Amino acid sequence: MINLEIPKKFKPLATQANQVATEVFRPISRKYDEAEHTYPKELDMLASLIDGMNEGSDIGGAGAAGVRRESKGGEEGNRNGSNLSTVLGIIELCWGDVGLLLSMPRQGLGNSAIASVASDEQLERYGGKWAAMAITEPEAGSDSAAIRATAELDGDEYVLNGEKIFVTSGDRADLIVVWASLDRDKGRAAIKSFIVERDNPGLKLDRLEHKLGIRASDTANFTLQDCRVPKEALLGSPEIDTKAGFGGAMQTFDNTRPLVAAMAVGVTRASLEETRKRLEEAGVEIDYDAPALSQSAAAARYLEMEADYEAAHLLTLQAAWMADNGKPNSLQASMAKAKAGRTCVDVALGCVELCGSLGYGENELLEKWARDAKILDIFEGTQQIQLLIVARQLLGKSSSELR
Amino acid sequence: MPTATQGKGVAERSMGLGLRWLNRLAGSDLLDRIRIRKQVERALFNGTKNGFRTATAAGRTFKAAQTLGKPARQATGKSRNLFDLSPDDEQQMLQEGVRDFAEAKVRPVAAQADAERKAPAELLVQANELGINMLGVPEELGGVMHEQAAVTSVLIGEALAHGDMGIAYVALAPGAVATAIAHWGTPEQEATYLPSFTGEDTPAAALALLEPRPLFDPLKPETKARREGEDWVLDGVKSLVARPGECELFVVGAEAEGLGTALFVIEAGASGLSVEDEPAMGLRAAATGRLVLEGVRVPATALMSEGKREAYVECVQRARVAWCSLAVGTAQAVLDYVKDYVNERTAFGEPISNRQGVAFAVSDVAIESDGMRLATYRAASRADQGQDFGREAALARRLCSQKGMKIGSDGVQLLGGHGYVKEHPVERWYRDLRAAGVMEGALLV
Repeated sequence: MINLEIPKKFKPLATQANQVATEVFRPISRKYDEAEHTYPKELDMLASLIDGMNEGSDIGGAGAAGVRRESKGGEEGNRNGSNLSTVLGIIELCWGDVGLLLSMPRQGLGNSAIASVASDEQLERYGGKWAAMAITEPEAGSDSAAIRATAELDGDEYVLNGEKIFVTSGDRADLIVVWASLDRDKGRAAIKSFIVERDNPGLKLDRLEHKLGIRASDTANFTLQDCRVPKEALLGSPEIDTKAGFGGAMQTFDNTRPLVAAMAVGVTRASLEETRKRLEEAGVEIDYDAPALSQSAAAARYLEMEADYEAAHLLTLQAAWMADNGKPNSLQASMAKAKAGRTCVDVALGCVELCGSLGYGENELLEKWARDAKILDIFEGTQQIQLLIVARQLLGKSSSELR
Repeated sequence: MPTATQGKGVAERSMGLGLRWLNRLAGSDLLDRIRIRKQVERALFNGTKNGFRTATAAGRTFKAAQTLGKPARQATGKSRNLFDLSPDDEQQMLQEGVRDFAEAKVRPVAAQADAERKAPAELLVQANELGINMLGVPEELGGVMHEQAAVTSVLIGEALAHGDMGIAYVALAPGAVATAIAHWGTPEQEATYLPSFTGEDTPAAALALLEPRPLFDPLKPETKARREGEDWVLDGVKSLVARPGECELFVVGAEAEGLGTALFVIEAGASGLSVEDEPAMGLRAAATGRLVLEGVRVPATALMSEGKREAYVECVQRARVAWCSLAVGTAQAVLDYVKDYVNERTAFGEPISNRQGVAFAVSDVAIESDGMRLATYRAASRADQGQDFGREAALARRLCSQKGMKIGSDGVQLLGGHGYVKEHPVERWYRDLRAAGVMEGALLV
């Protein structure tokens, strides 16, 4: 039975997340935007709280580990599970502050990767730790198949060498999930991910980046120099299966793209809500029943932005719902990420323009959200990469045909 | 008193004769031989423009069957617990039936119907047999749906428009009148009019809200209804009505003296009611025309919902959702068509779909059409559950107007010059998709 409203059973979770966003994130939002690279210590207590929420809940929580796909186990009918609840939690938290969400202990992208592909033994061993993700290299961004970092088996250990940049929470996390190639001649099939402990002596922090936005979140660059990890640190299968190709590594992305889309949806809603309040103070009412174009230009622009928000929101919920129901959602995940990413940037910047100097100035958060927004159309696959993925699927193209 | 069928026959014959005559004249070699085509065409154009008006069809006599004490209404659906994008079994069956029909029967005749400005009569009868015009009618009055059927209507509109938007419009237009009466009619109106929509010989009918002027706001119609004794007298012009000359029944929106915006039921043949042809850029299979009201006198019983504003507003909102469903189906048709085309068309030695400039445009069509679809589903689903859906309807309309038009434009662009000529349907979809942001009223979910 078609229904696109948030299920009642998730309302308490969304309310809780919204309270955290309102009471914890928003009050310190500006502080850590200014104090870049300072660890937001307020988050430690919160992280424990969220761990507790996840433990005590049978529906999954707002955490990064919520993306683990469980088989439906013969269960009949429609399911609203952890993918959906995670997306809902993230929307609320990012309505508060996306930089702080990215800084939440134990909620890193690496945690999602581990949750997606780790064996039960690995889950046991690495569970409860904070995991960052290291994919990008100076010469390999969107083109992750061009990764140069190598992993060589030496006895019971892999030896990792290479350079990694743009590692979110790289300085603060306990673990770094590093992507490296087992055999650079075998292309993308040989790329595997390895769990590296942050205090591994072979992992050297080069520097932390200064950024346009999400400044509460640290972004680290590393060098891996003869970095030794046990054989068991490899996530997924060690086989180089050229037929399955990139599947293993990319599976994580099908699960995490809706999460990043959710971040974008949260920031978009924050900008819209604040702008609507300001417009109403200025005497501009938004009327849903009157035609948009017979209202003021500001109201018409607002409606246009809100319509894009609605589409982005629903595409994101769709991708998560499909994951919960065991439907392949690679296409929908990329569609959601593409739509939410570009909507977020358009809307946040549009809101600054509508609110004028009030939007542009640092007294309010609108300008910060407009800076934060831009990363959401870049990381976890840029807009262009999403369009490429969508096009390849729609048109039945291989990556060599449609490059 | 003529029987219903006789009356309809006469009306059809006279309209048909007029059209046949015009058609024959236009197609005749004679005009070219004696080189007067331009002049004749101009004369025809002016003749049409300056009131080539015909009376509305003298339709069947509607007579109240058994009047219920209070209006029969479909129940509001139970509030649903889970997020769900799967139609239920019944909806799936209907959806598949209409999809097959659209593919097998509608699409093949779409180009011709567009060119001739007429949907094949038999096709409309067949479409009606699918039950698409009685979704809004409560079971007590011979309908099939116990609960409100906005989502079902959206699924059907989408499926039918995948075949052709103009044909979908003319096929679904009578259902809008049935739904309007079922939702906002008095017991007497329900008893009088609804039975004719549940049988086989469904009357052509139209819900007329739109008026011909820039920045038209359906909540501020210029059509006025003033009181004269017990009666209402209406004056105004309604625009882009589906085949108004054949309609036997109208529901018209007007600013009612002392009440505000309200809906009135008006039978064809009422004195002062006439139709003018109004061909448009698209929706041509619907043979759009204007409905002109000049001192049309109707009894007090013609007023619906006691003139309550909420009813009128809801009518506007439901119509917007319905037009969205047609835009979604048409956008999907564009996507399906261009996907194949760009894969088959080669340039510079390879399929043009190997180029990002082409491929990304296809991605955008897919992304935006899916967004349109979900927003439309949400509005409809809220309506069925008895929740406010004005916001959702407005946002879906923004998307369907703006993104839908972009999709129509990209559909032509991706085929280049081939998209501009009538050999391919994309130019028709381009013209049709503009309607989603223009139309008000006319269809309902």
